[in-house]
Amino acid sequence: MSTAIKEKTYTRQLDFALWKKLIHFIWPYKRSLLALLGFIAVVAGADALYPQFNRIVIDHYVTENTFTGLGRYAAAYGGLVAVQALAIWGFIKTAGRIETGLSYDIRKKAFRRLQELGYDYYDSTPAGWIMARMTSDITRLGEIISWGIVDVAWSLTIMAAMLGFMTVLNFKLTLLALSVVPLLAAASYFFQIKILKNYREVRKMNSRITGAFNEGITGAKTTKALVLEEKNLGEFGDLTGKMSRSSVRAAVLSSLYLPVVMTLGSIGTAVALGYGGSHVVRGGLTYGMLFMFISYTIQFFEPVTAMAGIFAEMQNAQAAAERVLGLIDTEPSLKDAPEVTELFGDNFIPRKENWPGLKGQIEFKNVSFRYPRGEEVLRGFNLVVNAGESVALVGETGSGKSTLVNLACRFYEPDRGEILIDDVDYRKRSLLWLHSHLGYVLQTPHLFSGTIEENIRYGSLEASPEEIRRAAALVNAHDFIVNLEKGYQTEVGEGGARLSTGQKQLISFARALLADPALFVLDEATSSVDTETEALIQKAITAVLKGRTSFIIAHRLSTIRNADRILVIRKGRITESGTHTSLIREKGYYYRLYTNQFMEERREALLE
Amino acid sequence: MERTSVSLFRFMKGRRLLYAGAVMAVGLATFFGLLTPLVIRHAIDDIIGGGKSISPPLFEKILKGTEVFFGGGLTLFRAGILFVALSFMGGLFLYLKGRWAAIVSESMARDIREELYAHIQRLPYDYHTKAQTGDLIQRATSDVETIRKFISGQCVEIGRALFMVALTLSFMLQLHRGMTLYAMAVVPLIFFFSFVFFMKVKRAFKLSDEAEGRLSTALQENVTGVRVVRAFGRQRFEEERFDRRNKEYQSLTYRLIKLLAFYWGLSDFLCLAQIGFVLFMGGVLAVRGEMTVGTLAVFVLYEGRLLWPVRQMGRILTDMGKTFVSVRRIMEILNEPQEKDRPGAKMPPVLGEICFDNVSFSYGGHPVLQNVSFHIPKGKTVALLGPTGCGKSTLVHLIAGLYECSSGMITLDGTPIDDIRRSWLRRHVGLVLQEPFLYSKSLKENIGIVHSSPREEEVHAAARDAAIHDVIMEMEKGYETAVGERGVTLSGGQKQRVAIARALISPYPILIFDDSLSAVDTQTDAAIRKALREREKRTTLIISHRITTLAQADMILVMEKGRIVQQGSHEELITREGLYQRIAGLQSELAQELSSVTRPDKEEG
Repeated sequence: MSTAIKEKTYTRQLDFALWKKLIHFIWPYKRSLLALLGFIAVVAGADALYPQFNRIVIDHYVTENTFTGLGRYAAAYGGLVAVQALAIWGFIKTAGRIETGLSYDIRKKAFRRLQELGYDYYDSTPAGWIMARMTSDITRLGEIISWGIVDVAWSLTIMAAMLGFMTVLNFKLTLLALSVVPLLAAASYFFQIKILKNYREVRKMNSRITGAFNEGITGAKTTKALVLEEKNLGEFGDLTGKMSRSSVRAAVLSSLYLPVVMTLGSIGTAVALGYGGSHVVRGGLTYGMLFMFISYTIQFFEPVTAMAGIFAEMQNAQAAAERVLGLIDTEPSLKDAPEVTELFGDNFIPRKENWPGLKGQIEFKNVSFRYPRGEEVLRGFNLVVNAGESVALVGETGSGKSTLVNLACRFYEPDRGEILIDDVDYRKRSLLWLHSHLGYVLQTPHLFSGTIEENIRYGSLEASPEEIRRAAALVNAHDFIVNLEKGYQTEVGEGGARLSTGQKQLISFARALLADPALFVLDEATSSVDTETEALIQKAITAVLKGRTSFIIAHRLSTIRNADRILVIRKGRITESGTHTSLIREKGYYYRLYTNQFMEERREALLE
Repeated sequence: MERTSVSLFRFMKGRRLLYAGAVMAVGLATFFGLLTPLVIRHAIDDIIGGGKSISPPLFEKILKGTEVFFGGGLTLFRAGILFVALSFMGGLFLYLKGRWAAIVSESMARDIREELYAHIQRLPYDYHTKAQTGDLIQRATSDVETIRKFISGQCVEIGRALFMVALTLSFMLQLHRGMTLYAMAVVPLIFFFSFVFFMKVKRAFKLSDEAEGRLSTALQENVTGVRVVRAFGRQRFEEERFDRRNKEYQSLTYRLIKLLAFYWGLSDFLCLAQIGFVLFMGGVLAVRGEMTVGTLAVFVLYEGRLLWPVRQMGRILTDMGKTFVSVRRIMEILNEPQEKDRPGAKMPPVLGEICFDNVSFSYGGHPVLQNVSFHIPKGKTVALLGPTGCGKSTLVHLIAGLYECSSGMITLDGTPIDDIRRSWLRRHVGLVLQEPFLYSKSLKENIGIVHSSPREEEVHAAARDAAIHDVIMEMEKGYETAVGERGVTLSGGQKQRVAIARALISPYPILIFDDSLSAVDTQTDAAIRKALREREKRTTLIISHRITTLAQADMILVMEKGRIVQQGSHEELITREGLYQRIAGLQSELAQELSSVTRPDKEEG
């Protein structure tokens, strides 16, 4: 499915162009960023200063056996602690502001892009893919950028400060004590890369297990009927076995990591102790200095592993950034020409004052169309629909009915030929102009979470409650709505889950009617509802169609019969065209369809 | 809580010893970690300072041991080696802890997953008709993960903190009693503060999570409803709606981070103040000569190590509640009774004779079937007709043993159905459901799934008879095409036909079609039934509404409200007033309707 939108694979090298684009997002936070760096400098500086206090307490007081000035030093220490605590508070807050702000900005930008992308994008991109980009990837990106900056800045500052303090006292000892640092860094990097790779494997296995559970649970009834319990269990066992093995491998590797770097780190401390100690004996170094060196070697461990972690994480961060920016950079395949936008505005800031009216005559002139990577669906297609005429489209799945409607609504544009609305090529008008005159009722009605009233209002945002009730009454939805406990304020649940299919359909009719569109599209449901609701829906359809140019992808006989014109579409061509009576007389495809459907519907009615 | 922790303990069966080992290892790792500062102390006070300090007895023993090993007292160089060696030992036990805890937690997670999977598969049919799929999957995946994390991480961390506090306390007491008091002064406060804080911010975490949930719902609805959004030109409205959610999520998350910033700021302040307190009080004691420089260094180093796990405790303890909730949610599933065979259930030969004797079945207090009696000789075809909810589906499910009848008796070749092992019964009753499920495997594997190792010709023959062979051959990968979650999406009718092929491939003596040709068009339906008649005779039950299907059956059962109201062949029923006659009469109704359309034409002409 996702052939059209390719996910880039991991690039090993740093992709500078990518990070440059990210800087664009970070730029508005430059003040916060400066503050963040300031806070971190204070935190890292203080962290590097504590061992100095150890040195001073030991050398100035303990060794010299005096209390003079100890109070002052204690006060200074207290002051430093207080300042550092404030800086910690400050840097976490600031990093949090940058993190959440970045996520917010990127998400906003990506959402705008999603609103601009055409149906072709949605047809070829699984919803789950989009969701993952918009949620976890963006969150990760925000986290990595802000906390990555924190880690890098802190590590660099503290390492520089410690290095400075150490070399000032004894260069050779510093060199010796820190000789293991490169090894430490290399080992950390090596381990972290491996660990990340292993956990990626574990995550992959984990999603397969989720898939298996999904299958095991949704397919449980079939499994039972076919006595496949043991067989499925065996296959599931293989999966959990693999999962458990790869998890243990990943966990063992990460538990090996800390001991290895710890032991490596302890060598530095041992060197400081041994070599530094001998200096103390010989008199070149004080006790305080020795302890300070020891403290620094212990402290050095943290920034080194943190830096290695950042480098290891870099690849994943880049992959997340690529996915997110890939979405933001996708160009919509269908948009208004600049001069059209100039005149009529875009989807977000329309210039309605320039909009012409819409009477509703639609003409397909020599239209050819193919889906990306698909076969040609329409070739040299011609059709004129008069203003106010209702046209029922019948034909098998894949015959081109939906394509025809999608083209008429300009969800796709013709590859060749043109579509005229009121005798003007619709590409000379804005998308929003057309869509604002469009009413659309889908086969499977889609409602948004919120109240019934809010859902109907979607058709016309300025509608008053009275208008909403009138629209609902016209499609016979009012009665069932007021019978609900909270009436129009009833929450429909996610995707309208708390309502029945019939109720959802009626609400989507009310929504379309409220828009008072000149063009109307109905993609009729194949699934049947009970006779009573069916009758209500039929009345609703009649109410909505009145006086509007309409396309109906029809299944129910009464809908088909009520249309002004019936078109039989087969393989992208109109094979039969006329009224119900004339087509029955032709005894062609429509005749067969009608007889089959007649039997089905009557039988359903009898067996309800 | 009590019972939940017992369940948690039960899950660890067979690995408790290894887990105890992991806990021991964390204790030893902590112990060795605490020995290293003592090396520094010994080096400073004794080797460099030339004094003779008294270490905790255990460490003294180690020193004695090294003297034997090196063949002399410790030099600075040897102290360095000892330092590295002790660090290595600490690291080793840390590794063992990680390894063992991982093995225990992963294999435990594996057991729970498998037990859940097996249990869910073995739950009665009825459970699955009512089950909330999403919730079950959630429990089987993220709840198991919560428990796994608790066992592999949090629980060990609690052990580590306890060891850390206990061992540090005992070492400190052995080094300097008075100093210990100063060193522990703020520790309970830090622990208490961290616990109270994380209890308090639970709500902030929850609020942020909920806002994230709302954000993804808004997004999900926008993406899945893209057609509605575009058709109404509501991009701007959607953008504003999403922006509200986006902002809300941002501000609630930022609020949470601000709270955490406050926590870390304040708790770092407390910790650093505590360390400073140790440093300066220790300094005072050292100046007074009551403590050596080395001991002071040890106290400073110990303090730094002690405080981190103590601060983590608040978070871990407040998170523990989640684990118990997860255990409870999993136990809820595992406590559902599994489907069971009656004791002494047999595996008798099943040839295809079915007899219902006064069978009634009620469900949730409502009668679904009442006093149903009929007899189907081996090899005959019986069709069932009736309105929605008349009980015809339940009737065929009873034959497959998916429900048990409340009274009366069903016998297959004379054996009461309850005395037959369920798996044996179902291996002889091929039930094709109205909405069959296909597994995410290839079409070939799906068709051959019941068979142990079907030959290719058998698969093709079954597919041909189910009128799906040609459809499959047209696909790019033919029989190797994957279906289900990761594969192609088949239409309802195609799925039904694959399911029929799946049933045909096995020599079931009894075949049941539970309205499983409903999504197949009339012509294909006829072709499938023709193929069925040409195969060897099996007892067949078909639920259908199509008159052509019904008419060909040896016997038709007409059901209404859980009773059989008419029974007979097409010829018999067509003459009797009733549902069957009315359905059969539709054909003439259609003819009438069509002639009414064509008649005016004649008049005109």
